[in-house]
Amino acid sequence: MNNLLRLEAGEARIVADDPWTLIRDIEAEQPTGPLIVPLARWLEDPQQHGVWLGPDDEVECLKPWFAQLPLIALDFPSFRDGRAYSQAYLLRTRLGWTGELRAVGDVLRDQLSHMRQCGFDSFAVREDKSAEDALKGLAGMSVLYGRSVIEPRPLFRRR
Amino acid sequence: MYQYDDYDRALVFERVAQFRDQVERFMAGELSEEEFLPLRLQNGLYMQKHAYMLRVAIPYGTLSARQMRTLASIARDYDRGYGHFTTRQNMQFNWIELAQVPEILERLAEVEMHAIQTSGNCVRNITTEAFAGVAADELIDPRPLAEILRQWSTINPEFLFLPRKFKIAICSAEQDRAAIMMHDIGLYLYPGADGQMLLRVIVGGGLGRTPILGLQIREGLPWQHLLSYVEAVLRVYNRHGRRDNKYKARIKILVKALGIEAFAREVEEEWQYLKEGPAQLTGVEYERVASAFVPPDYRSLSDTDLEFGTRLAENPTFARWVSRNVQPHKVPGYASVVLSTKPGIASPPGDVTGEQMDVVAGWSEQFGFGEIRIAHEQNIVLPDVPKADLFALWSRACEHGLGSANVGLLTDIIACPGGDFCALANAKSIPIAQGIQARFEDLDYLHDLGDISLNISGCMNACGHHHIGNIGILGVDKNGSEWYQITLGGAQGKHSALGKVIGPSFSAVEVPDVIERIIATFARYRESEELFVDTLQRIGLEPFKEAVYPKVLEVSA
Repeated sequence: MNNLLRLEAGEARIVADDPWTLIRDIEAEQPTGPLIVPLARWLEDPQQHGVWLGPDDEVECLKPWFAQLPLIALDFPSFRDGRAYSQAYLLRTRLGWTGELRAVGDVLRDQLSHMRQCGFDSFAVREDKSAEDALKGLAGMSVLYGRSVIEPRPLFRRR
Repeated sequence: MYQYDDYDRALVFERVAQFRDQVERFMAGELSEEEFLPLRLQNGLYMQKHAYMLRVAIPYGTLSARQMRTLASIARDYDRGYGHFTTRQNMQFNWIELAQVPEILERLAEVEMHAIQTSGNCVRNITTEAFAGVAADELIDPRPLAEILRQWSTINPEFLFLPRKFKIAICSAEQDRAAIMMHDIGLYLYPGADGQMLLRVIVGGGLGRTPILGLQIREGLPWQHLLSYVEAVLRVYNRHGRRDNKYKARIKILVKALGIEAFAREVEEEWQYLKEGPAQLTGVEYERVASAFVPPDYRSLSDTDLEFGTRLAENPTFARWVSRNVQPHKVPGYASVVLSTKPGIASPPGDVTGEQMDVVAGWSEQFGFGEIRIAHEQNIVLPDVPKADLFALWSRACEHGLGSANVGLLTDIIACPGGDFCALANAKSIPIAQGIQARFEDLDYLHDLGDISLNISGCMNACGHHHIGNIGILGVDKNGSEWYQITLGGAQGKHSALGKVIGPSFSAVEVPDVIERIIATFARYRESEELFVDTLQRIGLEPFKEAVYPKVLEVSA
C-alpha cells in the first residue's frame, strides 16, 4: 500500500515499500503479491493473506487464527465511524493480538494519535493526503487522563 | 473548587495549540469543511445562522469569580457584550469569528477552562445540580466523582467518535435536581448501610426526537467501579449503537431495541473484563480530588438573623424574592441564592451581559467564597450567602436586572436560543418566551399560581427540555412557517415524566392566549394550594383541551 506510516520501536516512519495490496472488490481480478482480503473471503481460505474487517465484523472470530495471521487491518469507512477504535482495543487487550494492526480507509492526520492510543501500529493514510504531513498527527498530546492500549494505567495511577 | 495541576494545565494548553493549527489548516484549505467539522465541534464551535457560536464548558456548573470575569471579558472583546447560559450548565457566545477562537481558548486555558467536547459525538460536559456541596438535602457531595469523570472522559481516544452525543449527569440528594433520568447515563450516588458510597446506574434516558426516561441497569455499584462501569457501557454502545440514522443513534434507541435486560447483560459481560483492573478508582485519587471540594471556612452563625427577620417583615417585595430565590443551606446562618436570568422582555432567558457577569463575580467574593454555580434552569447561583447579607445582595441584584423573584414560576422560562440564532431550529424561541412573560407580568398572580415550569425548544433536538416542562412548547415547521406544539404534564426530578401533546399546533401570536387559557383552567379546577402538576394529574388533559380547542370539541360532539 502507498502512503503508509508505521511505528517501529516507538518511532514513526513512512514506508515506501509496503508489499500489501488491500482488496475491497473480491470479484475483480486479483493482483499478485500479498493481499489483505475481506473477512468473509479470508475465512473461506485462511491461508497466507492478511485480513481486513469492517466495523460490523466481530473481531472475536479471528482469535483461533492468530498464530497464522500475518496482519489484521481495520477499516474506517468514514473517519467519523469510531467502531474500529473499540475493535482495536479488543484485539490488543482482550484477544492478545501482537502482530501488525493497520488502519485503512478514511485515515486522516487528526485522528492518527487516537488510533495509535488504541493500538494501531500502521496507518494507511488516505491517498489524496500527504503522508509526510500526516506524520505530524501521530504524536497527539502529552497528557492522557484515561487509559488506552499503549498506556493501560489511567493518569490517576501515574500522577 | 478543583485546581489544575501541571497535567491538567498542559492538556488545555496543548489542546489550544492543536486547535490553532487545525484552524490555520482549515483556513488555508488543507482541511475540508467535512474534515474540519468534528474537530471544531469537539472544541465547542458550531456554525450558526449568522456566525460561529462557541460553547464553553462549565464543568458541573461550577465557576470561580476569576473565571466569570474571564467570560465577561470574552463577551466584551470577542462577542457583542453578552453570553448565554445553557441547559447543560455551559456558556455560549453567539457572535464569534473563527480566526479569533484560538485566542479565546487560550484566554480560557489561562483560568483553567476550555471548550473541549461541548459538542460532537462524544462524552459531553458532566453535569450535576447547582447546589452540590451546599444543599440541605444532599446525601454525598457529587462533585469529586463528577470531576473524576470529567477527566476520564476528556479526549478518551476510544470514545471520541461515538454514534452520537453522550451526556452523563450525577446527583446525590433527596431531590433530583440534575435530571438524571434524562441522560444517556444518569448516576445516583448514595450511602450504603456501612456508609460506603454506592451508585445507581441509569441508562438510555434522553429527550430529543424520541424522549425516553432512563432505566436502571445497576444498583449498589461501589464507587471504585465508576470508570470501569461507564467504560463498559460506552464500549457496548460504541460497538453496537446505530450509525445509519442520526435520529436513531442515541444509546436510548439501542437500549430500547435490545431491551434493558439484554443490554444490561452485555454491559455486565463487558465489565467482567474490566472490573478490578487499572481503571478501578483508588482512595488516593478520590482524596486528591475531593480535597479540592472541602467546605470553605464558614463562620459560626446563628440560624436566625435578627436583621434579616426584620427586613422580611418590613419588605414584602424582598420577602417574596426570598420565598422563591433563596434555598436552604447545610450550614446554619447561610443560604444559597438563585439570581434569575429571566427578567422578562428586558432580556432573553439565560442571557447575561459582561457587566452583569462582572458584578456577579464581585458579589460572589463580597457575600461568599468567590464561587458561582450555573443551574440547568439557566440561572446563576451564589451558593454560600450569609442570611444577614441577603437584603444587601437582593438590593444590588435588583439594580442590575438580576433580582426577578420568579424562580420556579411560570416566567422562569427555560428556552434554547432558537431560530434567532440556531441553524437547526424550526422556529424561534425567544419571542415566544417574551410573549408569555409579557402576558404574565403580575407578580402577585404568578406567586399565587406557584411552581409551574415552562420549557421552550425551537426544534426536536429539545435543548430547551420541553418534554419535561409542566408546560412544554416545541417549535415545528409546517410548510416553511413556524408553529408551536404544546405538551402538558412533563416533570423533572424524582417524579420525572414526559409531557403529552394536547393537540394541533399554534402560530406564534396564539401562544400567549393558549398559555393563558391553560393557566385559567388550572386556576378554575385548582383545590386550595395545589400545584399545577397535581391538578393536571387529578383532572387529566381533557379540561385543558376543552379550554384550548373549544371549536374542535363542538364539532366532534
